Amino acid sequence: MPRISRDEVARIAALARITLRDEELSGLAGQIDGILDAVAVVQEAAGADVPAMSHPLEITNVTRPDVIVPSLTPEASLSGAPASEESRFRVPQILGEEA
Amino acid sequence: MALTYEEVVAKYEPSLGLEVHVELNTQTKMFCGCATEFGAAPNTQTCPVCLGMPGALPVVNEKAIESTIRIGLALNCAITPKSRFARKNYFYPDMPKNFQISQYDEPICTNGYLDVEVETDEGIKTFRIEIERVHMEEDTGKSLHVGGATGRIHGAEYSLLDYNRAGIPLVEIVTKVVSGTGKYAPEVAKAYVKELRDILRSLGVSDVKMEQGSLRCDANVSLAPTGSGKLGTRSETKNVNSLRSVERAVRGEMIRHAGLLDKGERVIQETRHFQEDTGATRSGRSKEQAEDYRYFPEPDLTPVAPDAEWIERLRSDLPEKPSVRRARLQDQWQVPDKEMAAMVNAGAVDLVEETVALGADPTKARGWWLGEISRLANEAEIELNAVGISPKQVARIVELISVGELTDKLARQVVASVIAGEGDPDSVIATKGIKVVSDESSLIAAIEKAIAAQPDIAEKVRSGHLPAAGALIGAVMKETKGQADAARVRELLLGLLS
Amino acid sequence: MSDLIKKSASELAALIAKKEVSSREVTQAHLDQISKTDSLIHAFLYVDTDGALAQAELADKNHDARKSPLHGVPLALKDVLAQKGIPTTCGSKILEGWRPPYDATVVTKLKDAAVVILGKTNMDEFAMGSSTENSAYGPTRNPWDTDRIPGGSGGGSAAALAAFQAPLSIGTDTGGSIRQPAAVTGTVGVKPTYGGVSRYGLVAFSSSLDQAGPCARTVLDTALLHQVIAGHDPKDATSINAPVPDVVAAAERADVKGMKIGVVKELTGAGYEKGVADRFAESLAILESQGAEIIEVSCPNFRFALGAYYLIAPSEASSNLARFDAMRYGLRIGDDGTKSAEEVMSLTRDAGFGDEVKRRIILGTYALSAGYYDAFYGSAQKVRTLITRDFAAAYSKVDVLVSPTTPTVAFKIGEKSNDPVAMYLSDVATIPVNLAGVASMSLPAGLSEGLPVGFQIIAPAMKDDRLYLVGGALERELNSKWNGPLTHQVPDLVVR
Ligand SMILES: [Mg+2]
Ligand SMILES: [Zn+2]
Repeated sequence: MPRISRDEVARIAALARITLRDEELSGLAGQIDGILDAVAVVQEAAGADVPAMSHPLEITNVTRPDVIVPSLTPEASLSGAPASEESRFRVPQILGEEA
Repeated sequence: MALTYEEVVAKYEPSLGLEVHVELNTQTKMFCGCATEFGAAPNTQTCPVCLGMPGALPVVNEKAIESTIRIGLALNCAITPKSRFARKNYFYPDMPKNFQISQYDEPICTNGYLDVEVETDEGIKTFRIEIERVHMEEDTGKSLHVGGATGRIHGAEYSLLDYNRAGIPLVEIVTKVVSGTGKYAPEVAKAYVKELRDILRSLGVSDVKMEQGSLRCDANVSLAPTGSGKLGTRSETKNVNSLRSVERAVRGEMIRHAGLLDKGERVIQETRHFQEDTGATRSGRSKEQAEDYRYFPEPDLTPVAPDAEWIERLRSDLPEKPSVRRARLQDQWQVPDKEMAAMVNAGAVDLVEETVALGADPTKARGWWLGEISRLANEAEIELNAVGISPKQVARIVELISVGELTDKLARQVVASVIAGEGDPDSVIATKGIKVVSDESSLIAAIEKAIAAQPDIAEKVRSGHLPAAGALIGAVMKETKGQADAARVRELLLGLLS
Repeated sequence: MSDLIKKSASELAALIAKKEVSSREVTQAHLDQISKTDSLIHAFLYVDTDGALAQAELADKNHDARKSPLHGVPLALKDVLAQKGIPTTCGSKILEGWRPPYDATVVTKLKDAAVVILGKTNMDEFAMGSSTENSAYGPTRNPWDTDRIPGGSGGGSAAALAAFQAPLSIGTDTGGSIRQPAAVTGTVGVKPTYGGVSRYGLVAFSSSLDQAGPCARTVLDTALLHQVIAGHDPKDATSINAPVPDVVAAAERADVKGMKIGVVKELTGAGYEKGVADRFAESLAILESQGAEIIEVSCPNFRFALGAYYLIAPSEASSNLARFDAMRYGLRIGDDGTKSAEEVMSLTRDAGFGDEVKRRIILGTYALSAGYYDAFYGSAQKVRTLITRDFAAAYSKVDVLVSPTTPTVAFKIGEKSNDPVAMYLSDVATIPVNLAGVASMSLPAGLSEGLPVGFQIIAPAMKDDRLYLVGGALERELNSKWNGPLTHQVPDLVVR
């Protein structure tokens, strides 16, 4: 029994906005399964009493003052845009929810 | 046959959940130094950070943290000793990084409450709304849909994105489940948002303009059969852009849910959009699968750990609570409950207070704001504070009346002109040549003319039948084209006839 | 081969300071070497010939202002750092053609120090890899044996040093991407304490692990570059607001007398090639002869490090790389007027990302998703705590820890490209360092069958100077044995 099915890989890929071609999916599913096998060792490492650590630094309250810093020019902001119009980023039609 | 609202509340018990998003009025964005000015030209307030460019990193705006803590304190919340930011991952073109920096299981403020007053059949009643959490996050950009019909997303050919709003600090205030409101659920929802708005305004942390989107409300509504003690399936209505809409949206959803339940159908848990024009809600595009936001601690930011001293400093700076202030003003002005409630409802408290502070008599100030000015605001369907006349201008008008330079009738004319944008009261009076006829000799001449024209009425007055004076006064006012001070006319008339 | 390119950065800086040579001449010599050798090595993705010469001329013009001890010395920049107006691809097709409108803080510091940036170096796509074979623009070759990999992800930065294309380079290290390439190319690379060098402008792979650092052919050059790029940056909330340890003084002192040096038991023995183990043992003997006390220490939880790393790094990466969506910059595929933004995003990400990147994004998305978070990402975070505790316990006994940098010398190009798990093992000794955020150096310990072997030193957080004390001492002894830096033994490149 693999740790992760081909369908599950496809579902996760869709969540990550990657459309996998069929042959890609088969290869990847096997590899991901192998990696999961190798990394699953972490599950035996620590009990409930061990706190999670998300970051190597212990510092807190790093902030900046509420002072305006010059923005980019709109030309600079849009300089890498695949398409733009009227100083805005032009993108294909957006599906999904009405904003 | 749709149920009437009365039938709905007889059969079902509503539960509410309200999520309010508030844009803070900081000078700069949540995580970068870009300005936050409303209405700036597209993409002029953007930088590598708020455009989510590769390599750019967020740094938290200190003022935004302080504002959020102040909101939490004003809502009687506990401040979390060490709260963290988290990433909420989902793809959407208006969100430059395709994740929103928000807070998840460690929000900065938790467990507060807000008391709101609603007029019920048994008089004014207080409802306690419990606050689950107050947390910080960032706003998204704005999209403009081109092609298709009326700028809507469906049928658009493409979209244009402006990221000026992306990264503006947002505070999300989430209530616990609000139950026990019965038929007053719509009013309670409205009163909550209104009271919250007043608190935020008094804190000075936000512009709280619903119409500009700096205060946005999502209303969760569910129904359960009365007495069942259960919680029904909820719908979440977004896009509720005014106080009135909050009330309408809740009422509308209650009726819609009841209609479904009555037919034995089930309510779908979904996002719905409020339609300002019809007052109905419309289903959002249903998602193929449940959202999986994959929250995890934001590794680019450090925890927020406000010490006691910082919190106490912020607490000591809190302004008087709007409810406390209202009680104080009511006492000061000697206003009955009902009229105070009317003032609150009309959003007139601040305006009256300012007008009084500028020297006007409280009763007179209240009279103008709740009377003529409210009438004009209603006519124009705008909020009282946006109607176009300032407390200073009202105070001046009250002053001009008290010194006899305006009559009430003339003053109404001046108010209308000020609201129409014709300038300050004094300049309106000057350009329009409005003046009270106070030259006594010409007034006396007019009175004598009226007496001469109606000698029988004059005789009645002379013999002590005072109500008859009205006809004579009316004639004088007509003669002077309403510019005379009616009280003075009466005085002079009675003097002449005594 | 010009004499100039064989010199160290500190030698070049001294010559420039004395006006015996100009920055322009030094820069031109390196540009010449790049154009002569890079068709073979492929260390660079972009050579900024005009820009580099202009920077060199500016450095010469400001000669007397002497902005830093590296004034006028050229450098190769890993293509994962944003440089204003210069193509920045991260080795990925998805960013092809992107020219950042801003400078990374490291780049700003280099410019302020009058260091001349020659161009951008090749790397595994988004720094994911240990061989530079995952670059969308083709692999980089190891100058010691051009059939072999130069390490990764910073293979370009390391190969440029070994091929004398630059005396200095910048790398980034998420799980070993500075140290492992340094080890297999016979060069020096340092991963500073997490938070020691600003990450602003470093295109994030795994935010809680990434750290940019200095690379060079000598310990002193590495220290000089370290001093230039380190320090607090208000644009990076995870940047440490404290003085930078005096790494240059430490490199110059190069003294281990009385130091306690811990050998990590779990990072030796089985799995390490004989040649690697032998050079490591010889290095320990040298340090002992110089007055250090060698102690064996155990870090039992290090065996979970690889697993934790391959969950944490992909998880963070899956989120960090979400921004590559064809909307605001970079590649856009399939925008033919009929497809939605969502479709274009997915098509672009499929076409624009290479296999290893997709593998890790999917792995990370999975590890964070509902129902799997606690078992995978959550468990990995706990392992991080355990590893940090292991380090703390070890440092209560010793001043620094040491190990071989990599289990093997450079492997052949293509040898491991179809076995991701085998490839991941290249970083088994370097990964614990990133998980705990401590500082680490790799420097050459000699050759095994003609290929370089790396020696790893690990210092506690904010004690980066100790790396240079130990590294400097070891290098002095080895250099006298080799008659100069190990890289002087790189075979002459035969460019066909
Ligand atoms: Mg939210
Ligand atoms: Zn910005």
